[in-house]
Amino acid sequence: MAMVSEPPKQGFRLSQLIYDTRYRSLTIQVIVFMLFMAGAGWLVDNTVRNLQALGKDFNFGFLWNRAGYDIAQTLVPYTNDSTHARALLVGLLNTLWISFLGCIAATVIGVFVGVLRLSRNWLVSRLMTIYVEVFRNVPLLLWILVFLALFTETMPAPNAYRVNAETGEAQESLFLGLIAPTNRYTAIPSAEFSRSLGAIDTALAPISLNALLILAVIVGSVFANRWLLNRARLIQEKTGARPVTWWQSLLVLLGPLAAVLVALGFHIGIPELRGFNFAGGVNVTNAFVVLWLALSLYTGAFIAEIVRAGVLAISKGQTEAAFALGLRPRRTMSLVILPQALRVIIPPLISQFLNLTKNSSLAIAVGYMDLRGTLGGITLNQTGRELEAILLMMLIYLAISLIISGGMNIYNSRVKLKER
Amino acid sequence: MTKSVFFGTLTAVGLAAGIASAATLDDVKARGELNCGVNTGLVGFAAPDANGNWSGFDVAVCKAVAAAVLGDPAKVKYVPTTGQTRFTALSSGEIDVLSRNSTWTFSRDTDLKLDFVGVNYYDGQGFMVRKDLGVTSAKELDGATICIQTGTTTELNLADYFKANNMSYQPIAIDTNAEGEQQYLAGACDAYTTDASGLAATRAAFADPENHIILPEIISKEPLGPAVRHGDSEWGDIVRWTLYALIAAEEYGVTSANIDELSKGTDNPEINRLLGVEGELGAMIGLSNDWAKNAIKASGNYGEIFAATIGESTPIGLARGLNAQWTQGGLLYAPPFR
Repeated sequence: MAMVSEPPKQGFRLSQLIYDTRYRSLTIQVIVFMLFMAGAGWLVDNTVRNLQALGKDFNFGFLWNRAGYDIAQTLVPYTNDSTHARALLVGLLNTLWISFLGCIAATVIGVFVGVLRLSRNWLVSRLMTIYVEVFRNVPLLLWILVFLALFTETMPAPNAYRVNAETGEAQESLFLGLIAPTNRYTAIPSAEFSRSLGAIDTALAPISLNALLILAVIVGSVFANRWLLNRARLIQEKTGARPVTWWQSLLVLLGPLAAVLVALGFHIGIPELRGFNFAGGVNVTNAFVVLWLALSLYTGAFIAEIVRAGVLAISKGQTEAAFALGLRPRRTMSLVILPQALRVIIPPLISQFLNLTKNSSLAIAVGYMDLRGTLGGITLNQTGRELEAILLMMLIYLAISLIISGGMNIYNSRVKLKER
Repeated sequence: MTKSVFFGTLTAVGLAAGIASAATLDDVKARGELNCGVNTGLVGFAAPDANGNWSGFDVAVCKAVAAAVLGDPAKVKYVPTTGQTRFTALSSGEIDVLSRNSTWTFSRDTDLKLDFVGVNYYDGQGFMVRKDLGVTSAKELDGATICIQTGTTTELNLADYFKANNMSYQPIAIDTNAEGEQQYLAGACDAYTTDASGLAATRAAFADPENHIILPEIISKEPLGPAVRHGDSEWGDIVRWTLYALIAAEEYGVTSANIDELSKGTDNPEINRLLGVEGELGAMIGLSNDWAKNAIKASGNYGEIFAATIGESTPIGLARGLNAQWTQGGLLYAPPFR
């Protein structure tokens, strides 16, 4: 008689949720999730109740009211009759603009310094070390304030450029007759056209047709030039002799551009002192320059370290192999080391870009009107909608950051090691 | 089971959050200290001295309220607030009363859920420029760069004024008066604009006040006064009548010198009621009967406070002007204490 031992049949018992390893982790997850939801629920509930107690409601209607304040530096048309939403847009574009320029400058600085810090030249590498350590280890806000103080205290007031009626001389004269640094802004020449093709009126901002035309001509020239070079390459492959193309390239690249500029009546607007301030050129505010410099130099120091780490991560054998092939050190760096180092560099570089973008909200310290200055500053204050303004601002910063990291992730997947 | 725990937690949490803030008066009494929001530093109105003791015209209101409620003008915790943080500090309960040259406007009184209890200084917005600029009128400021405190009514007035006069300007937004002073002195702006009293106070702190002028144009009405949270009328009454007590004291000739003498009883029933000799005014607002006496003793009556902090004998040198008693042709008018 065969004894078949059946596995003991037992129903599911509650204690298994804790003692059975099959269910334990699930139990813990469920409990933690509930605690988390309870916490979130408490926060929302508390907010709603306190808003009620204060008699405040929660709505974003204020965005369509007249803003009533002026903004010094705007990329799109804005007056004090515009809405708060428009002021938000002005701030947002200012944030994006400073972040964009900051990221580019910080990357250039970072790559140069990072590579130079590895230089065998003792002086150069030590100087770069000093730069990195000084900028990395002092809070960004202090750098911004230091730069602002430098600009405000050392530059002359616009008044100093005024020609004295008695002596016929001014205290200061324009640099090269074109540029006037002052303690408020740097007045630089502007591109002016005596004939305008008009502008397309979009909801965002009017787009100048002149600028569009010039852009189109430049893009066309570049494509024509590429076609020219391609043809030269084909001829070289067929016949072995490469036709001379430099004068053709030059003509194709510059000829149409010059023709369009002359046709549009291009000239340079030179800044001149009118009344209290310079007019006729473009006034780049010190707030902008200071913020841009501080952000770029500060983040550049971090990027330099990332680049250095990336370069050091490439084994010495690569350099030696490149040298053995007869590549000079500079070519070795640009053709062999840096492309491989990029794989190590890019992921931490993304977080530096995000840091720079978020740090740009320190603009308030110099009065540069970014998103924090308009929506989170004046609009918040004049309307008293703290919760709405702050939430909206958080959402916008979150969106910007996600877009940047999304874009950089695409780039990262393009340069990473291709496994075949 | 877990579900009921979840809902149980939510309910408990909801109840805990439901216990709204109690009356401010009880809070202040329980704390034994008044949290008073003041300027971060504006000489004459609210500024700490080298020892950290606050003094000034707005600070005197804090002291009077503390004296009326707690019987001791020293029991005040001063919370410096900027133009940007002041109203949030008040509505979040961080401060009990805001006494920081804040303009009483419709939207602040209604939409921001504040209650302005009165006016302690009738002001207007002005401009300060360097004398050597050669500007004598605000109408000549076309194209100028102007420093402006952000989050204030002056920011909006400035935009309106320049628009109405068809002029342009470059605003430089600053956060505190100290920052504005620094930027203006460094020449980063041609003109500095804020309430005329603030300009006088700022100029008094300069090393060379004689080289700066305040332009004659006053471009707005700026009634400055203490504010409390909306919805606690009892507390609002206390601050309001403390302010009126200071104003009435000047009208009736009650000063810090003669108050002890007068509080023994006078022929004037109004003074008797004010100082708690007659009637039960204190009980009506939940305070002791000598509340007004304490408030006045804190730093004197309105006139004394004005003279000591911002009056003509001080470096700030403001004339009484609109801020004289109604009997002297000014706008100060305390309702009867009855």
